[in-house]
Amino acid sequence: MSKRTQVSAVVNGDPVDFLTDPGATLLDALRDELGLTGSKEGCGSGDCGACSVILDGRLVCSCLVLAVEAEGRRVETIEGMAEGGRLHILQQKFLEHAALQCGFCTPGILVAAKALLEVNPDPTESETRYWLAGNLCRCTGYDKIIRAVMDAAAELRQVRV
Amino acid sequence: MSDVLERPASSAPLDDGRLKIVGTRPIRPDGVDKVTGRALYGADLAMPGMLVGKVLRSPHPHARIVSIDTRKARALPGVKAIITGADFPELADEEYEAGESASNLRDLALNVMARDKALYNGHALAAVAATSSAVADEALSLIEVVYEVLPHVVAVEAAMADDAPVLHDKLFTGGLKEKPTKASNIAKRNEIKRGDLAAGFAEADVIFESRYDTAATHQGYIEPHACVASMASDGQCQVWSSSQGQFMIRTYCAKVLDIDASSIRVTPAEIGGGFGGKTTVYLEPLALALSRQSGAPVKMVMTRDEVFRASGPTSASVMTVRLGAKADGTLTAADVELKFQAGAFPGSPVGAASMTALACYDIPNFSIVGYDVVTNTPKVAAYRAPGAPISAFGVESAMDDLALTLGMDPIALREKNAVHDGTKASYGPTFRNIGYAETLEAIRSHPHYSAPLGPNQGRGVAVGFWFNVGGESTAAVNIAEDGTAMVITGNPDIGGSRASMAMMAAEVLGLPIEKVRPIVADTASIGFSMLTGGSRTTFAVGMAVTQAAQKIVEDLKRRAALLMDVSVDQVDWIYGAAVCTDVSKGKADLSLADLAAKSGQTGGPIGSQISLNAQGAGPGFGVHVCDVEVDPETGHVTILRYTAAQDVGKAIHPSYVEGQIQGGVAQGVGWALNEEYVFDTGGVMENAGFLDYRVPVASDLPMIDTVMVEVANPRHPFGAKGVGEVPIVPPLAAVANAVRGAIGKRMTSLPLSPPKIRAAIDAG
Ligand code: FES
Ligand code: FES
Repeated sequence: MSKRTQVSAVVNGDPVDFLTDPGATLLDALRDELGLTGSKEGCGSGDCGACSVILDGRLVCSCLVLAVEAEGRRVETIEGMAEGGRLHILQQKFLEHAALQCGFCTPGILVAAKALLEVNPDPTESETRYWLAGNLCRCTGYDKIIRAVMDAAAELRQVRV
Repeated sequence: MSDVLERPASSAPLDDGRLKIVGTRPIRPDGVDKVTGRALYGADLAMPGMLVGKVLRSPHPHARIVSIDTRKARALPGVKAIITGADFPELADEEYEAGESASNLRDLALNVMARDKALYNGHALAAVAATSSAVADEALSLIEVVYEVLPHVVAVEAAMADDAPVLHDKLFTGGLKEKPTKASNIAKRNEIKRGDLAAGFAEADVIFESRYDTAATHQGYIEPHACVASMASDGQCQVWSSSQGQFMIRTYCAKVLDIDASSIRVTPAEIGGGFGGKTTVYLEPLALALSRQSGAPVKMVMTRDEVFRASGPTSASVMTVRLGAKADGTLTAADVELKFQAGAFPGSPVGAASMTALACYDIPNFSIVGYDVVTNTPKVAAYRAPGAPISAFGVESAMDDLALTLGMDPIALREKNAVHDGTKASYGPTFRNIGYAETLEAIRSHPHYSAPLGPNQGRGVAVGFWFNVGGESTAAVNIAEDGTAMVITGNPDIGGSRASMAMMAAEVLGLPIEKVRPIVADTASIGFSMLTGGSRTTFAVGMAVTQAAQKIVEDLKRRAALLMDVSVDQVDWIYGAAVCTDVSKGKADLSLADLAAKSGQTGGPIGSQISLNAQGAGPGFGVHVCDVEVDPETGHVTILRYTAAQDVGKAIHPSYVEGQIQGGVAQGVGWALNEEYVFDTGGVMENAGFLDYRVPVASDLPMIDTVMVEVANPRHPFGAKGVGEVPIVPPLAAVANAVRGAIGKRMTSLPLSPPKIRAAIDAG
């Protein structure tokens, strides 16, 4: 067995150190070493988006990133989205619009939607659909998800004004 | 956008028009956990000292297992247990009822772990438990299996041929007049008949006939199967897993491992989608057997590749449909033949497909014959309205062509032949309180139905039916000392059922919804319930919850009467408080909180549990209309607009009813356009991943409009009917009929992939 490597990173604003196998993914490290099981594995091959996290400001599939690559970098996961126990507007809108059924895709979609609204605060329906095209949801048919994201965008624009 | 259309004529017992909670859209009680990442699914539990379990799977679709040598793997440091078929008891060939449908226990056990033969690529042959994932992988590579590779068969009609390789040498076709002497891959022939078929066709002015085929598709839940299991040295077992029924898991583990059911406690994890695919076991018995051998808890999680190769898709099929009608559209005869791929063991949904095929129609003469055919592919599992979308694809495509031939509006043709209250259904019973006519009308009068279409665009209509079931269910309601309530059920919440359970209890108790917390309990903490499936939970478990709450209300009235010192018949329960109806007595109202605080004086803790076997689930009908645009250059189909109407009885939480309809439509659209199992000539699935098995993504779909038609089911306290399955029945044909409109050609083979459409257009 190859030796485990120590990795230091900032996860959801807090410095963390963990040991990881050289072949382990960032998703494995988040889930198994740090106990952050909010990010899900639906495929392990970059095709479902359930493992979406933000790495140094960029949306990535954490199943395609090696854990050792997180060294010295900032990782944001679903667990860091609500601040001080207050839900993010996106989270609130997902609840109000019933934009989840089983909820397995929800963390990844929320993280991806947050990344969208950071680069595009006023997305059209079609922009929203294409941005989220990497996040599979098998339960909802996306209708309520798209509505929730666009409603959250509208409300965030209000807040910013 | 959604509408609710109501026909108040037959109202439900408790729907007096003054409902405060049922029919509203509160935030679901498990919502915050799910948007913050706190909800724990099958793969999210870790136990101290837990091992990693992995499965060795057959690379061949059909092979005799000559030997399995595990010695090298066992010698690897870190390997704690290795099991093969030899570690499981030999089970009797018997049917066992444990949910929506019966399972043959012997087949179930052989599917979980092969014994003498591997019957599909992906069939489990051995499993290991090791201290890490890497060690488990290495151990799998050290297991030496000697195979005698056998000829295989994948396609359903090829498997029915006389010279086909036979999967099971003791399988003789059932349902024939004489028991055959030769083993066959045709496990069963079933037949439903009425009237005189030949006379019916002789009466017809127009006869239409065609052949259709559909590909195997997977439920495609995003969460792979996962569990943690532990067996202690005293034989007591704990299982934590994601499934559609913790009691189903308990039953099957007990049977497969020959353990008492009471020795297995199954805790349901949150379930990340199931759609029928999690109504059986794959990993749990293996994890328990590995734990028994190793003495440590074992966690097993399927990869996506394993989900595709080793868990159940639904059947591929070949069908023929022949319809006869008078010039005015009256159907005189229908002849339907269905051949369904069952996978490695008998049990395709061809029976349900036969029963639903003509369920929307009142036809005097018909014959429906179905064949359940084993093939060297993964054993099929239930998939949302099992079988119904497939036969509906054939029948609804044929109805569309019949409408064209007759020059009739497709909805008018369906209305002309529609079943009504009092019609004897094609599958036997007499329909009561159905809302099919209202649902057809909802689409006919919907603005979508008359909106203009552009070039290369087409509109398709299709209808669909599903029985919905009731069944054995238990629910408990307990009142806390402050007058708030807990609702405890035994059914995994797959799409928001906890919300509707809490709402029904809150309505009866007169509590605000925030004061009612629903939980899904483990198998030791609540009485038996059949699994979440058959669209039964809101209906059947909802009935148990409602009755449990009503029992508490009766008890509260009795307690209030004691405290008020009046007779029970002078106490009413109004919006959460006991009210003395004799105003002259001047008694102050007693709220639930007051009564809970004084429960010690009136008989102790307040709570009730109801176990029942719910009957009278109202069948559901859906009518869908879909607009598409076909790119004549590429053959690519874009869904432009989709509207689905359904008789839902009563929408307890309308948002989640809409969600069920929208989700079912999306799955149906994927089935129609993209999804299929592709096998190479060696019988190996070529597209076992989400990259190549393409389920609809957000940019593939428009908004999906829904119309909830509410024709109350008088057998449910609030009028609910099951809703989850109907919506996947019409879309296959609705999309194909729309493509027919757009390109002027009938496509009879699913999926309607761009190359097939291009070929049809090119053929001119
Ligand atoms: S698990 Fe990473 S994309 Fe599916
Ligand atoms: S809510 Fe189940 S996969 Fe999206």
